[in-house]
Amino acid sequence: MVSGVAPDFEEKHAMKVLVPVKRVIDYNVKVRVKADGSGVDLANVKMSMNPFDEIAVEQAIRLKEAGKAEEVVAVSIGVKQAQETLRTALAMGADRAILVIAADDVHQDIEPLAVAKTLKAIVDEEQPGLVLAGKQAIDNDMNATGQMLSALLGWSQGAFASELDIDGDNAVVTREVDGGLQTIKVKMPTVVTVDLRLNEPRYASLPNIMKAKKKPLDEKTAADYGVDVSPRLEIVSTTEPEARKAGEIVGSVDELVAKLKEAGAI
Amino acid sequence: MLDPETRTLFLETTHKFVNETLIPAETDVSETDQIPADIVKQMQDLGLFGLSIPEEFGGLGLSMSDEVEVAMILGQASPAFRSLAGTNIGIGSQAIIFGGSDAQRTKYLPDMASGALIGSFALTEPDVGSDAASVKTFAHKTDGGYILNGTKRFITNAPEAGLFTVMARTGEPGAKGVSCFLVEAGSTGLSVGPCDKKMGQRGAHTADVIFQDCFVPDDALLGGQEGTGFTAAMRTLDKGRLHISAICAGAARRLLDEALRYASERQQFGKPIAEFQLVQAMLAESQTELYAAECMIRDAARRRDAGENTGTLASCCKLYASEMVGRVADRAVQIFGGAGYMAEYPIERFYRDVRLFRLYEGTSEIQKIIIAKSMLRNLDS
Ligand SMILES: Cc1cc2nc3c(=O)[nH]c(=O)nc-3n(C[C@H](O)[C@H](O)[C@H](O)COP(=O)(O)OP(=O)(O)OC[C@H]3O[C@@H](n4cnc5c(N)ncnc54)[C@H](O)[C@@H]3O)c2cc1C
Ligand SMILES: Cc1cc2nc3c(=O)[nH]c(=O)nc-3n(C[C@H](O)[C@H](O)[C@H](O)COP(=O)(O)OP(=O)(O)OC[C@H]3O[C@@H](n4cnc5c(N)ncnc54)[C@H](O)[C@@H]3O)c2cc1C
Repeated sequence: MVSGVAPDFEEKHAMKVLVPVKRVIDYNVKVRVKADGSGVDLANVKMSMNPFDEIAVEQAIRLKEAGKAEEVVAVSIGVKQAQETLRTALAMGADRAILVIAADDVHQDIEPLAVAKTLKAIVDEEQPGLVLAGKQAIDNDMNATGQMLSALLGWSQGAFASELDIDGDNAVVTREVDGGLQTIKVKMPTVVTVDLRLNEPRYASLPNIMKAKKKPLDEKTAADYGVDVSPRLEIVSTTEPEARKAGEIVGSVDELVAKLKEAGAI
Repeated sequence: MLDPETRTLFLETTHKFVNETLIPAETDVSETDQIPADIVKQMQDLGLFGLSIPEEFGGLGLSMSDEVEVAMILGQASPAFRSLAGTNIGIGSQAIIFGGSDAQRTKYLPDMASGALIGSFALTEPDVGSDAASVKTFAHKTDGGYILNGTKRFITNAPEAGLFTVMARTGEPGAKGVSCFLVEAGSTGLSVGPCDKKMGQRGAHTADVIFQDCFVPDDALLGGQEGTGFTAAMRTLDKGRLHISAICAGAARRLLDEALRYASERQQFGKPIAEFQLVQAMLAESQTELYAAECMIRDAARRRDAGENTGTLASCCKLYASEMVGRVADRAVQIFGGAGYMAEYPIERFYRDVRLFRLYEGTSEIQKIIIAKSMLRNLDS
């Protein structure tokens, strides 16, 4: 790159990163199942940004700080209150946000396929070079949206990223797989979903929280993108994990063996 | 005033920082008597040093109502952390904001807002405590400036400070003869003594600040005016006392949370001690008093934001909240039983830490004098 910057070179470096963020029950909250078993009680419960999405936002901002991305756009699809989640992303350093209102009831979860379809429509409009998503949302652990989006777009994908580097036209993704770490190179544009160890998200600084109010936040509806968000899945039941039963202290090895036999464990 | 959404985000972020970064570092800070540099950096990055400094000087310019909410959260961590930022938020910066010249404000406030410069407030002396108007440190007028002589005692953040707001006598005895000087650390004739060994709040430092023929130029005089030092100090304390009250409420919240959790887990006589009514009484009394303090503080802060003179209310808050947190701490030790006396648990440390709040920025007795005097004054008029 000694002389004359080619236009397409410049374009690639003007890469936009799209980061979908989900509003979920805060990870510190003790979850309670609704009386009718239809799901978890979310009324008047503290909600926050899905922790994996926080990592995605952090990574996008780091790419921007490293000069590898030019703009970070955060998107949330859900209830109107997801605006708070977007403000968090803006306070962390995203440049602007798009809120897609797809439900009125905080208990209505927008399923991965509907989210992926909406994101596809937004990608078509925004033309990002990279979509950075959390690998899953901690509320229902679906782990599907990023993969579905990649399929809908016909883009490459790198899921469970624990390292990410942009190298010209390619993204180099180190993935956490069962056997260890796997490093792959995928062609851009691409969808990357991030894992826990990719980075440690920053605190939004207090001055930046105040500035976030002035950053643009577009409000849309699912209908604007022609996506039908009505549920396709039916939740049959939701139950609390079984409480751990009290243990028993035994006096000797013989007693232990006897008890285990009694319980049919040996 | 922050809008509700910004305020929520702001407070949640502070809470997260307190829970995830400050509280886990407490034991270390108390053992080493030092806040780790990376935590200081995080406090700076977060913007905590500039909470009350106006936006035009790089701070956040929070209203009092917003500031006390942040303080109630910060107070939940060891007071040592708050103390480091505390002088920049309160007594170390306020006199400059209220009474400084434009040049003084632009020179010092931006660095104070970022936390790059720590400001200390130097009023107390070996022979001058509650009777603050009797300041003995003397500033003698000379060509192009003043020469300061005297000793200041128990000065918070003196070892860390880059700038001292110093009350010194320039004229007649009494309040009217006191002036306020902005003295930079490193000035010839200024020295800082060794750190005091305190009962609690390890990690926060106080020391003597000694002036021996210390020359300061004319433009170090606050607002360029002699005789306004005592007023500046008192205005500073009017605001500072609300902040301290909120810190007391935060500490009480922490103590009560710890006590409640312990009481519900600790079993004696075959059940959690929280099921015994005598223990419940301690929890209920602490909760009620804490709630009362929170209400007072929020009310006074709101009225201050609305332009009311809240000097007396601030004294009411400081008196009640600092005494309240002492009682809450004592009950927390009681609920923890023998464990409450042991340094392994934060209760023992907090019990010592909160004792200070009844002493500085005016003892409880001095608050009572201020409140009663104001009542009597209003009776006359
Ligand atoms: C950890 C710590 C940090 C501090 N930081 C600072 C700082 O940053 N800057 C600063 O300038 N000062 C600071 N101080 C000093 C603090 O403000 C004083 O200690 C406080 O004002 C009390 O003064 P004193 O210690 O001289 O007590 P004294 O004034 O000697 O009081 C002793 C006792 O007599 C009582 N008493 C005094 N006068 C009366 C009266 N008229 N009626 C009834 N009772 C009375 C008091 O209430 C108290 O119980 C700090 C002190 C401590 C302990
Ligand atoms: C410095 C120190 C020295 C000690 N030395 C000795 C020693 O030499 N030998 C020794 O054997 N022990 C010793 N102890 C232990 C001491 O006697 C116990 O700490 C004390 O009896 C309280 O028991 P606990 O700490 O288990 O508190 P707990 O019994 O758990 O009590 C916790 C709280 O619950 C309250 N509570 C408990 N039951 C009830 C109830 N039924 N109704 C209402 N309230 C209730 C208590 O009053 C207390 O407020 C020592 C303790 C300390 C701190």
